[in-house]
Amino acid sequence: MIPLTVNGQPLTVPPGTTVAAAVMRVQPAFRRSVTGESRGPLCGMGICMECRVTLNGHPHERSCQLLCAPGMEITTP
Amino acid sequence: MTTDVLIAGAGIVGAAIAAAFRAEGGKCLVVDPDLVGGGATAAGMGHVVVMDDSPAQLALTEYSRRLWDNLDLPPNVEREHRGTLWVAADAEEMAEVARKHALFPSSEILDERALYAAEPELRPGLAGGLLVPGDSVLYAPCAAAWLLRLTPVRYAAIAELTPDGARLSDGATVSAGLTILACGAGITRLLPQLPIKPRKGHLAITDRYPGFLHHQLVELGYLKSAHGHSAESVAFNVQPRSTGQILIGSSRQYGDESPDIRPELLSRMLRRAVDYMPRLKDLQVIRTWTGFRAATPDSLPLIGPVTDRLWVAAGHEGLGITTSLGTAALLLDRLLGDPPAIPPEPYLPDRFA
Repeated sequence: MIPLTVNGQPLTVPPGTTVAAAVMRVQPAFRRSVTGESRGPLCGMGICMECRVTLNGHPHERSCQLLCAPGMEITTP
Repeated sequence: MTTDVLIAGAGIVGAAIAAAFRAEGGKCLVVDPDLVGGGATAAGMGHVVVMDDSPAQLALTEYSRRLWDNLDLPPNVEREHRGTLWVAADAEEMAEVARKHALFPSSEILDERALYAAEPELRPGLAGGLLVPGDSVLYAPCAAAWLLRLTPVRYAAIAELTPDGARLSDGATVSAGLTILACGAGITRLLPQLPIKPRKGHLAITDRYPGFLHHQLVELGYLKSAHGHSAESVAFNVQPRSTGQILIGSSRQYGDESPDIRPELLSRMLRRAVDYMPRLKDLQVIRTWTGFRAATPDSLPLIGPVTDRLWVAAGHEGLGITTSLGTAALLLDRLLGDPPAIPPEPYLPDRFA
């Protein structure tokens, strides 16, 4: 199992889990639109940009395209 | 149709002329086959900047910047007084900083430490810079739309100039006391004798990274690369938008009239930017595009009469947003017979006759 955190909350996930799936275990909202609406993954293939999260301090990472790794710190607004 | 003034081009220059003439009670009609502010106006950075390649360029950009600062622009124009920070890489470019400082009274010389305090993402080893606080950035298509808010715009091109106006591509004929062509590099379709050439540029914009960049940064090497007339050049030129996005330029290219992205030139431009600001490479670019500046042999625009009833306002190259308001003011002064605020002679089209 892979240990990581989502908004500071510790979590373990099986190998092969996407970052998007890990976030969904904790909460439905991934980001806020420019006008303040709650957004989450739509396409699941890296096109719609709605699944972006801050990963280890890097903003705008597409969580549906990345696999979880030990110690990842994932944050959403 | 009858109008006092027919203006070809709904870009920032045509819009500025329409706004100035209308304010004096003139009836204007603007024609453009494209969107308002949709050509070079939309493609550029929207940097209102004082430049000093020549005394005439300094006079026009300073005058125009003052006119911009007198306008109370609406929020969607996103104007911010970010200031321009000219970045000096070495001692030779620091000499240029000193020279510019003497010309720009409110500017401030930054040493290496002050440069990093102002922009911590710049790479180490740069010499310093010159901060010009009065320069601003704005979103030019919205500025053009705002300047045109009270002027009728007809979505047509000029098919043919006539002795008293023009015949339009939609079949209409317009009779005008004065016709002004403000259609950028496209002007040579109507007046092939004008020495205006399209000079292609690429730009890229990133996602939102608020706080990454604070000023419009331009490398002083820009002077060597941008205003030489070599076929192809790139320069470090980045701008923070009010959204937190970063606009990355710039490239200059003669002889390529296709709007397609040239990947090798785009990557050269982005590598140049990363060379100055290494962490730019961690940011996501979300859009790239090209546009065409209207370049003249002496890097000054053509502002004034070709004949009594046919005037031009084109060839502003990379400074059209800045100099649009000064251009309009010079033409209005000529029409009214008022003394102009700056000498108009360096911009008269007949200098190339």
